[in-house]
Amino acid sequence: MNLNSKKGQRRWLRERFITTTLFLAAFSSIVITGGIVGVLVFESMSFFQNVSLIDFLTDREWTPLFLNPHYGILPLITGTLVTTGVALLVAIPLGTIAAVYLSEYAPHRLRETTKPVLELLSAVPTVVYGYFALLFVTPLLQKIIPGLPGFNMLSAGLVIGVMIIPYVSSLSEDAMRAVPMHIREASYAMGATRLQTSFNVVVPSALSGIAAAYILGISRAIGETMVVAIAAGMQPNLTWDPTKPAETITAYIVQVSLGDLPHGSLGYQTIFAAGLTLFLFTLIFNIAGHVFRRRFREIY
Amino acid sequence: MKDLKTLIARRKFLDLLFAIVGLLALMVGVFTLLALIIDLALDGMSRLSLSFFFSYPSRFPEEAGILSAWVGTILVMFVTATTAVPLGIASGIYLEEYAPKNWFTDIIEINIANLAGVPSIIYGLMALGLFVYKLHLGQSVLTAGLTLGLLILPIVIMATREAIRAIPTSIREAAYAVGATKWQTVQDHVLPYSLGGILTGVIIGLSRAIGESAPLLTIGALTFIAFLPDPPLQTHFPFFSFEWLLSPFTVLPIQMFNWVSRPQAAFHLNAAAAGLVLLVMTLTMNGVAIYVRYLFRKRIQW
Repeated sequence: MNLNSKKGQRRWLRERFITTTLFLAAFSSIVITGGIVGVLVFESMSFFQNVSLIDFLTDREWTPLFLNPHYGILPLITGTLVTTGVALLVAIPLGTIAAVYLSEYAPHRLRETTKPVLELLSAVPTVVYGYFALLFVTPLLQKIIPGLPGFNMLSAGLVIGVMIIPYVSSLSEDAMRAVPMHIREASYAMGATRLQTSFNVVVPSALSGIAAAYILGISRAIGETMVVAIAAGMQPNLTWDPTKPAETITAYIVQVSLGDLPHGSLGYQTIFAAGLTLFLFTLIFNIAGHVFRRRFREIY
Repeated sequence: MKDLKTLIARRKFLDLLFAIVGLLALMVGVFTLLALIIDLALDGMSRLSLSFFFSYPSRFPEEAGILSAWVGTILVMFVTATTAVPLGIASGIYLEEYAPKNWFTDIIEINIANLAGVPSIIYGLMALGLFVYKLHLGQSVLTAGLTLGLLILPIVIMATREAIRAIPTSIREAAYAVGATKWQTVQDHVLPYSLGGILTGVIIGLSRAIGESAPLLTIGALTFIAFLPDPPLQTHFPFFSFEWLLSPFTVLPIQMFNWVSRPQAAFHLNAAAAGLVLLVMTLTMNGVAIYVRYLFRKRIQW
């Protein structure tokens, strides 16, 4: 454009203005991350001035709201790990098998119709899943396991597992479909069946993508809140037994939010310390997931 | 020879077996979804009536309704959309069309991908520390809308980028060739063609926000709301008002959580009815999103 004419200069200015505005919009995402980290770290700092990090990590009791408070995050971590573990026992086998089936077996029409339905599983509001876990799955489980308490980690974990199937299956399927056809054809030419080709050729080739899918699924399960808050009971419990009620990090944050803790009190700060722990957990998994995902994009 | 034949037969049998197992694995998801919908419908249908939609919450389960909840949901979604849509689309355009290839752009990209994986309750904690206590916005429609807006921002950005990426470079080159500036190219060519994809992303993002309750619980939204916020349109001068932005609120998923966490079974029926309304809303939005994508895909052929 001609910068010497008035019109050209106006055009140039307008373009500059728009570019700057768009850049600021994109930059806002960094501000958001800064806000999240800033709030979590700032509020946790005042918490860790009162509670030592060693107590936080080694004390086996989490009773911040009692008269004799203990601030050991371990019971919340075991609660989170148990529900996540149960969820993965459901989501990983079902999600992987569904992905292999959709990518290698399903006829085109079946794939085009089932995939959106499967995606809907992750569109259902989590509070609805919570209702389903508490009032449908738990009574059902109580018929199989007599004496199962009304609140337990098992039913919450199972429901979260179904909920994250689409996260596992859809990214795994993308990875498998990215495996070039000629690799499969080579395997078929040797006389392998579809099953042999799927598990000896396609799955190993797509492994980093599948790993990324698993990791993102784990990260979702760890951060899931409403299902555990509704169905797992809100009492910290240091146990590995999924049939027991327990509390996850997320459920604890909800529990405190439901009460009226004064702003600035130690009880109020605990949710930020718990939140920071949760954030670090998911951050590690998210970064690992991106590393794997980037790798599988680069192979072919 | 016979060995080979049995071997082949066994391999073929295993192949068939896996096809069945695969279909079953798929069906687990589909049937769970069906069971969930039927369970909610069986429990909640009896409570669904006109008065349920036009009553405030109440101590008596038979009289309680979702009026303040659905009004709150609409108001919060309005704020969410006005936050996330312009910001998300602008970021998407910048990253696809403008951003130079350098380390700073890389950081923005990684950062957005990471934000997409941050648990929603963490956004709630951020909103509590920042919006409620630092900026003193209170436990209001504005705080809730902003929080959910930031939560779905990565979804809108990613959808925008994907839609823009699908446009062939030749379209842009044609615009440049006749002397269009960058922004003219974006405005007149890139945006119209990517509208379908962007719209799909926006609808999916909003449907996620409608069902989200954890971050709103964190900012302290679980309160008894038996009134409506000040209406945005007034009968007297200046005919509009922004009072509603700072008004306390409740939304559908929170109302549902409130009812499901009570011990009395009668409230659980209300929860089921509210869940049914919520489910119909989110599933319809997802259906619309799929349809919009299909519509635009059919209309545009390069």
